[in-house]
Amino acid sequence: MTAAVVVPETPVLIAQDVTFRIARFLPDVDSEVHWEDFVVPMYPTDRVLDALSKIKGDLDGTLSFRRSCGHGICGSDAMRINGRNRLACKTLVKDLDSSKPITVEAIKGLPLEKDLIVDMEPFFAAYRQVLPFLIPDGHEPSRERLQSAEDRAIFDDGTKCILCACCTTSCPVYWTDGQYFGPAAIVAAHRFIFDSRDSGAEQRLEILNDREGVWRCRTTFNCTDACPRGIEITKAIQEVKRALIFRRV
Amino acid sequence: MPGMPEVTTVDVASSTANLEAGVAKSFGTLYRGGEGMWTWVLQRVTGVAVFFFLFVHVLDTALVRVSPTAYNSVIASYKTPIVNLLEVGLVGAVLYHALNGLRVILVDFWSKGPRLQRQMTWVIAAVWVVVMVPGIFFMLKHTVETIFGSTS
Repeated sequence: MTAAVVVPETPVLIAQDVTFRIARFLPDVDSEVHWEDFVVPMYPTDRVLDALSKIKGDLDGTLSFRRSCGHGICGSDAMRINGRNRLACKTLVKDLDSSKPITVEAIKGLPLEKDLIVDMEPFFAAYRQVLPFLIPDGHEPSRERLQSAEDRAIFDDGTKCILCACCTTSCPVYWTDGQYFGPAAIVAAHRFIFDSRDSGAEQRLEILNDREGVWRCRTTFNCTDACPRGIEITKAIQEVKRALIFRRV
Repeated sequence: MPGMPEVTTVDVASSTANLEAGVAKSFGTLYRGGEGMWTWVLQRVTGVAVFFFLFVHVLDTALVRVSPTAYNSVIASYKTPIVNLLEVGLVGAVLYHALNGLRVILVDFWSKGPRLQRQMTWVIAAVWVVVMVPGIFFMLKHTVETIFGSTS
């Protein structure tokens, strides 16, 4: 019996000291943003969010950041990690170069409130402007509003959005032009414009047919690269542009 | 903050004040965008460069109406190796701007464009090199022969 026992070899994970260079700003103390370095022992499978929690718990309780679910669903912890917008809860230490300090900054283009926290209100204001809800017509049906799988597939990608603002705050146009709707709001509009059950497409297209609407997009694809949900954002924006040009939904 | 619009407005105002007080003063790392962002930056840079060339070009060509002698002396002043290098730069800038312009048109109007933008970037880079290598050779041939002497 004893001979048959095979002890599975457990992979040994070794915690290594990793430096996190965090952009700090405490509005009551600091006059400007500055870098602060924290050295934290991390396993390769740890997330950047774990590092922030360790720093806040053990090293500096004043560090402020948003987090809710910690599993890439709520969209609270969007931040700029090594110069790219990412969710801290979906970024593993092993996927970053930990031989150099890992930079963590607040997302760009929204008013900074404290450390890694920005004021999201302008972002949500743009979202609300595109009427991100179903606008049905006719009488309320006595059963579900049915839709074919093909019709659903047209806008399926956009339904994955968690409103984390990774895309909007990765957009060079949004950084310099606060009036631009931004990628997230356009994705939200796209999701309903191309929904066969919805009849508000004309209304939303008119809202986006604006100097600060879809035409502001310069196809830099930063939004597509930044999206933690893998939404093809630029493709969606281009589809809205073409719907406006050819008026075909 | 639902139901607290006044408070929200105050917060926005004060944080915007912080922002303007220097918080946003180009602090932090450069955003590490991909091919899409850098082709867009280059498109702007080459666009402005070509604009300045056209500005000078319109001025010096208009000079022929003012005084043909002055025009001739201006054109003669261009016949230097440095201007020759600038010409190579101009051809490179115009070529890039044109090729990337076609790429952007495909991204805008071709439904598969957004998905293939990265591949199209490498295609235009390849075309640019293929055109520029012989282009540079023939454009600089005269200058090189003048400075270093002809082999024939």
